[in-house]
Order: sequence, then C-alpha cells, then structure tokens
Amino acid sequence: MTVTNSFTWMIGGPQGSGINSVAENFAKACIRGGLHIFANIEYHSNIKGEHSFYRLRVESKAPRSHVDWVDLLVALDRETIFGDMNKPHPTHRGHRHEVSPGGGIIYDRSLNLTPDSFGRDDIKLFPIPYMDLLVEALKEFGKDKELSKYQVMVNTIALGASLGLSDYDFDLATEAIREGFTGRKAALGDLNVSAAKRGYDYAKKSFGEDAFQIKLRKQPLSGKRMMIRGVQAVAIAKLKAGCGFQTYYPITPATDESEYLESHQKDYNMIVVQAEDEISAINMATGAAHAGLRSSTSTSGPGFSLMAEGLGWAGITEAPGPVVVLYQRAGPATGLPTRTEQADLRFALHAAHGEFPRMIIAPGDVVETYYDTFDAFNYAEHYQVPVILLTDKFLASTYQDIPLFNGDNLKVDRGDIVRESDLATSTDYRRYRLTELGISPRAIPGQKGGIFWTTGDEHDEYGHITEASDIRIKMMRKRMRKIELAGQVIPDSKKATLHGPKSAPVTLVGWGSSKGAILDGMEDLKADGIETNFLQVRYVNPFPDNFVQQALSQARRKIAIENNYSAQMAGLIREKTGIAMDNTIVKFDGRPFSQNEIYEGVKDIIKNGIKEVTVSHA
Amino acid sequence: MLELKTYRTQVHNDWCPGCGDFGIVNAIQMTLLEMQLEPHRVAIFSGIGCSGKTPHFVNAYGFHTLHGRVLPIATGARLSNPGLTIVAVGGDGDGLGIGAGHFVNTGRRNLDFTYVLYDNGVYGLTKGQASPTLPKGVKTKSMPAPAIIERVNPIAMAVASGYTFVARSYALDVRHLKQTLRAAIEHRGSAFVDVLQTCPTYNDINTKEWYGGEDLPVKAPRLYKLEGSGYNGVVADPSTDEVNTKKGNALVKSFEWGDKIPIGVFFKMEVPTFEDQLALRMPALKEKPFVEQDIYNRDITPLLDELT
Repeated sequence: MTVTNSFTWMIGGPQGSGINSVAENFAKACIRGGLHIFANIEYHSNIKGEHSFYRLRVESKAPRSHVDWVDLLVALDRETIFGDMNKPHPTHRGHRHEVSPGGGIIYDRSLNLTPDSFGRDDIKLFPIPYMDLLVEALKEFGKDKELSKYQVMVNTIALGASLGLSDYDFDLATEAIREGFTGRKAALGDLNVSAAKRGYDYAKKSFGEDAFQIKLRKQPLSGKRMMIRGVQAVAIAKLKAGCGFQTYYPITPATDESEYLESHQKDYNMIVVQAEDEISAINMATGAAHAGLRSSTSTSGPGFSLMAEGLGWAGITEAPGPVVVLYQRAGPATGLPTRTEQADLRFALHAAHGEFPRMIIAPGDVVETYYDTFDAFNYAEHYQVPVILLTDKFLASTYQDIPLFNGDNLKVDRGDIVRESDLATSTDYRRYRLTELGISPRAIPGQKGGIFWTTGDEHDEYGHITEASDIRIKMMRKRMRKIELAGQVIPDSKKATLHGPKSAPVTLVGWGSSKGAILDGMEDLKADGIETNFLQVRYVNPFPDNFVQQALSQARRKIAIENNYSAQMAGLIREKTGIAMDNTIVKFDGRPFSQNEIYEGVKDIIKNGIKEVTVSHA
Repeated sequence: MLELKTYRTQVHNDWCPGCGDFGIVNAIQMTLLEMQLEPHRVAIFSGIGCSGKTPHFVNAYGFHTLHGRVLPIATGARLSNPGLTIVAVGGDGDGLGIGAGHFVNTGRRNLDFTYVLYDNGVYGLTKGQASPTLPKGVKTKSMPAPAIIERVNPIAMAVASGYTFVARSYALDVRHLKQTLRAAIEHRGSAFVDVLQTCPTYNDINTKEWYGGEDLPVKAPRLYKLEGSGYNGVVADPSTDEVNTKKGNALVKSFEWGDKIPIGVFFKMEVPTFEDQLALRMPALKEKPFVEQDIYNRDITPLLDELT
C-alpha cells in the first residue's frame, strides 16, 4: 500500500561525513514543495568519527515532533546500521531495529552485506555503489584523480537515491544543493547535483518504481515559509529587539547563536564579544546594560553555573538586563554535552545567593522563542531585572518550517529613562529612588545631572553603601515588588496556555521544548479514545499561580511530563499552588521526547496503572 | 567652573587613618580636574575590598562591582558607551588573584581605558591575609606564618598580557601618581598603573619607612624614577622589532626589586584599540556609539528571507 507525504527519513554516519548539509537540503526541498518538516540531530561531543544522525520527518500537515521509527534509513557507514557493539565500550545498537516494517535501508553496496545480517525480513534493502557513482560524477568534471578529496560527496549520492525511492521532485533538491555553493564554489554545486542525479537515477533504475512504498508529492504552497531552528529564532529576535551587545564563551549548544549574530553584525550594528569565560561574559553584558545598551549573553548549564555570581550583581544593582539565554543540556558538570535536558529549571530560579527579582521565560517552540526573546528585552529594561530565557539543546538545534515572523505589533519598551532636560532642573537625582511600583527612573551614564553610584553592597537611594536595617528592608521590598508588579501586568495568556478542551479526563502538564511532542502525542491518544488537555507553563517567574491553580483544580488526572529526572516543574507547581501531580513521565537520557513516547507513556499510566514512567531512547 | 571639590562626594570615608588609598583617590580627583573632564563624562569602576569603595568618594558615575570582575564590567560599559572616560580600580588580590584571568584577557583586547592597581601586598578588608604581590618568605604581622608561594609581578604580567601602557607609581608621591595617571588616561589603549601602596594596619613590612629606605645601611629612598635614568620604554615604531626589544627591557626592569625599585613608565606603544578594530568591522561605530544610535527599528526581513 502506498503512503503519501508521511515519512521519516534518517541519515547516519561518522561526524564529519556531511549529514547536516544533505538533511537540510532535503528538508528545504520538501518545504519548497509545500510539505512540512521537523528535523533534529543527535551527535557526540567529538569532531570527527563518532556516530551522529539527522532525522527528518516530512508530513502534509506541519509536524511538531519526531517519531522513533524510520521509514528510510540512509547509512553512510556500517555503524549506522549495526551500531558499535563490537567495540570495547559499546554505546548503541545501530538503527536497523528502528526501521518501520516495509521501510528500507540505503547503504554502500561495497560493504557486501548479506540480507540475513540485517536480522529483519520485513524491510527493503537498497545497496548503492556509492564510490562507483561518485567516480562517474567526478569523471564528468575531470576530477576523478581527486577522489579522496571529494569522498564526502557520497552523502549527496545517498540524498539522490532517497529522492529517487520516494519519487520526489528532483529539481527542488537541485535548487537547494546549488544554494550551498555560491560564487567561486558554483562549479562544486554542479558537481554535487550530478552526484545526486546519479544516485536518483540508480535507485529508480535498479530498484524500480514500486520498491519503496512511501512517496513524496508536492503540495500547493501555504504562503512563504522559512526553515528555522531555535538559535536562529533567538538571534533574529535579539536583532529585532535592538540588542546592541552580545557576549559569549564557546559552549555547546549555545555558540551557534553568537556566531550567527557575529556573522550579521556588520549589517545590523551589534557588538559581539567572545569573553575569556562566562564570568566575564555576563559581567560585560551587565556593564553594557548599565551603560545604556540592550545587552545579552548566551550559554549552557556549565557556563550558567559560572554566571551565578554576576546574575546576583545584576539583580541587586537593578541593571536593565542582560537577557541571559540558557540552552539547557544534560548535566551536571559536563554531563552529556551535546544532548538535551530540562533540568535547570530550579537552577535558573535560584542561581546566585540571596534573594532578588529575575524573570524566567521558557518558550515551547520556535515561534514562542522568537516572541519571548523579544519580550525579554522589554522586561529587562522596564523592570530593570535580569531576564533568563530558558530553552534547551533540542529546541536550539531542531528545524521546523513556519510562516515568516510578522513583527509589526512588536514594540520596543525601554522603560523609564530620565531625560537630560529633566535632570537639568533637579540637583538631586537618585538612581534607586524608592517609588510606589519599585521601579526607579534610570539615567544613562554620560547624561549631565544623572550621576549615580551603583554597588553590589546594599545601598541607599543614591547607590551608596549602607548597612542600615531600615534601608535594607525598604530596598529589598522595592526590588522584590518589581517581580510582583510584572506578575500583575503581564497577562496570563503569555504566561501559560491550556491546550485542548477546558476539561478532560487526563491533563498533561509540561513546559519548554516538549510542547510539540505532547501536542502530537495528544492526537494519537485521542485516536485511541483517550481525551486529554495540556497545561503548558511558559513563565517560570513571575509564575502564573492563579491560572495554573484554576486549570488544575478541575483536572481529574494530572500527569507531569518533563525531560528531567525529578519532574522539577511538578515540584514548582506544588510549591506555588499546593496541587500535586498524580503521575509523572520523565526522560533523562539526554534525548528529547518523541510523539510516540508521549502516547506510550500516558498509555502505561492509564492502561497499566504505572505511577511514574521513565521513557528512554534506549 | 570645575574645582577639586567638584570631584568629591560627601560620603563618609572609612579607610584607616594613613591608608595609601587616600593618596590614590586624591590623585584621581586632581587628575580629572587637571584634565578638565566634567564629572558626568567620567565613570569610575571598582572591584571589592578597601579600594572598592573608591567610586563612592568620587563625584562621577560610579560602579562598585564584584570581587575580581571590575574589568569585564568596565569593558562592557566602555564598548557600549565609549563617550565616557573610564578609570577602573582594584586591589592586587582583586586584580591578580580572583580576577587574574580577566586581567590577562583585558590586556589582550587593548580597550581604551585605564586600570589602576592598589598594590599593598595584603587583603586588607578581610584583615591582612597575604595577597598575590606579597613576596615569598614575608610574614606580615597579621599572618600566622610566612608566605610560601611566589609573588606575581604585575608589571611583567601586564606587559606579557598586551597592555599598551604599563607604569608604576607610589601612593604617597601624589605628584608622580597624578602625572602617571594623566599619561595613562591620555594613552589610547589599555593602560595599567601599578600603584605601590602602604597598608598601615596590616602590612608592617612594606611601610612608608621601608619605601623611604630608612632600614638601609645608607639611608636612601628605595623608589627611583625611570624618567631621567636612561630607560626608555616607549615604542616609536610598532611595526618593527622594537616592540619585542622594549617588551624584553620592560620585563627585565620589572624584576628590579629590593634596595632599588623603579617607578614610571615601563612600556608604551600606540596600536589600534579594540574599538578601532570593531569600527573596521562596523563602520557605523565611527559615526557615533550604538548607545546613541537608533538600533530599535532594524529591518529583519532579509534574515527571514534567507531562511526561505
């Protein structure tokens, strides 16, 4: 039976074998043909050689998550199929067992694998003579003497074969491939197209039209769409918001964002500084914020650990920023440096000693990431607080296709900045003036009449050190009032969302990047007769107490779903509302939730009576 | 009209009587006056410790930061708001202990600002522990036992790190200090001034009398001025080998310590600053700093189109 436009494709190979570029080209070709994609990568902390894979899900309706099976697996090496079980410290069994019944595997014919060795009689095998086809392509361009230099191009041959088997429009792929080679490299584009075409033709000719049952067909375009991942959404939102100063210290998976900004700094006038460590990164950014420029820094858990001290200084000095983007990865310490996790919720909430206001927003997808990042800069300046955008490796690196951002209704709010003309008439400017709302009008250094002092010590209204207990009390209340104010002013619609019916027998509770898998998993559950709704908490601080209270007080069975060990959001909800979850589904193997894991996890609870479910990629 | 009191605040000063810090803060105020820098165009940054209180005593924008982090915070302010004259100050524990990594990397950047090290060999505010510049084998009165690790050499570290103006002065020679600070502030690039300073409460070794050489067989001040001694640390042509020669000379000179201690300019060279290099990348920076530009209405549509 032929299936159309519902397809999960995977390419695996050693790091350095170019899986990213072909997967992204394939995805682009699909989007331009009116199809929708969800593409995520898993890789090792390694430069060359370790196994990595890129998964591309293609659907007629936009997918919000991935699934754990593969319809067509492209193996650039043996390990992708069989794993590394022959090594002294094996790490995985390969992907052959993930291939769906009726699915297939594209691999190098010269591996001389017998059909029996795959241990599957329900899948199709597509051996391709990678090297022979590559040599043919190179001959066409007179480069066959440089085979070793162009060996990486077998990835493109495999892409071509994938297009052939799924019978997709080759011209769309041609366009995507050529875009990767502009200017002086244009000739390389021709060479790659030729290689892809050879893979395409070979697959069609050798295996026949009916060899593979899943076909991809162009659909009418639903408006202009872009292929975007979390780091890009953050970076573009920073530019839109008028951020003028970004700092970073190299760390996976945050660095891509800073490199994106640096590569566009000339056109957008943004200073990007690579600091000597994350201590410096946050402090530079706070210095820039105090001096009048919107600023930010981006990091992951290990870097954020170093930033704790600086975060406290930004808090007590009521700096108008920075915005700190925290891309969570599996910890503690180095943990699983290239894998995802949602285990820094409590850390973000409590990092640094003492008590001070901070805002924490945890967007659930790439669209929310864009708008939340933009808002973060407004909050930083309006409330004069550090703002943490809490996301993760999964959201950072996963591509989705979405309509272009329409930023017309986004307004920059720089907060209460005193004017030099007002300062001229007053001789008594106080940077930390006690006000009813807790927010003091701020001067920008350099303004005449605006001289102020700022200190990480407790201070008086002028910013001079004091240890007086009455001033301490006033200043603590002033600062903490700002977060209460933010909680009152910012509408609940931004802080949390109840997806699905208002009332359902089962309420799923989650936050951050698992939103997509939960939403997709809910559809599977519904098809199976299990009605659910989903409470997504987006603001960690200020926390939407009332909204969550109301949403959950009616809920019959509440299941927390979190990419961490201890269900941290469930704990926070209990702290804030007194409401405890009935069940938890957690995953802490460094891999993101898939659509089917949500379905299976909820089923385990409902049908099998399991109270706490741990799901695992293994 | 600007006068000395323009640069003073009414904040109660709680430094110990006779503290070398007084000399430094006075010299900073006198230098600002001499240079006719209006207070609102100046920002003083400090770390933590006795020296950390400096900004509160100076009528200018004042940033009392974290222990060891004065340079990163000053760097962020400098880059975003380059119209300000920035003087960063801190103790030797602040800059060369907890902040050593920032000290080195700030030198590499060569931003146009001045860093003044209050160098008294002890952690004063925590009651006199050995600091990074206290020589090995020395025991001040507050230490239970003599130091058993080597001291760092701030001048040598500054030269090796890339500061393009490296000088030493003395807190109790306010005239020399003022001259040195002025030269440092006027220098285009990262200027470092190591200010030898007494701590009358905890450092009973490197006292005013010790600096005055009163313990020497032939009583004579230990400190002597490089200017007029035949030493010249100024690089005339940074495109030549002269740079390495002068750096080498400065390193050798910086290890002179004991009966004779040089003060003055060890090394000076004019090369493009970090800001100059950023402006090459972003020509708009040459016109005016981003803090004065409208960067709040950027057109991001080309970036979105790139992703289609």
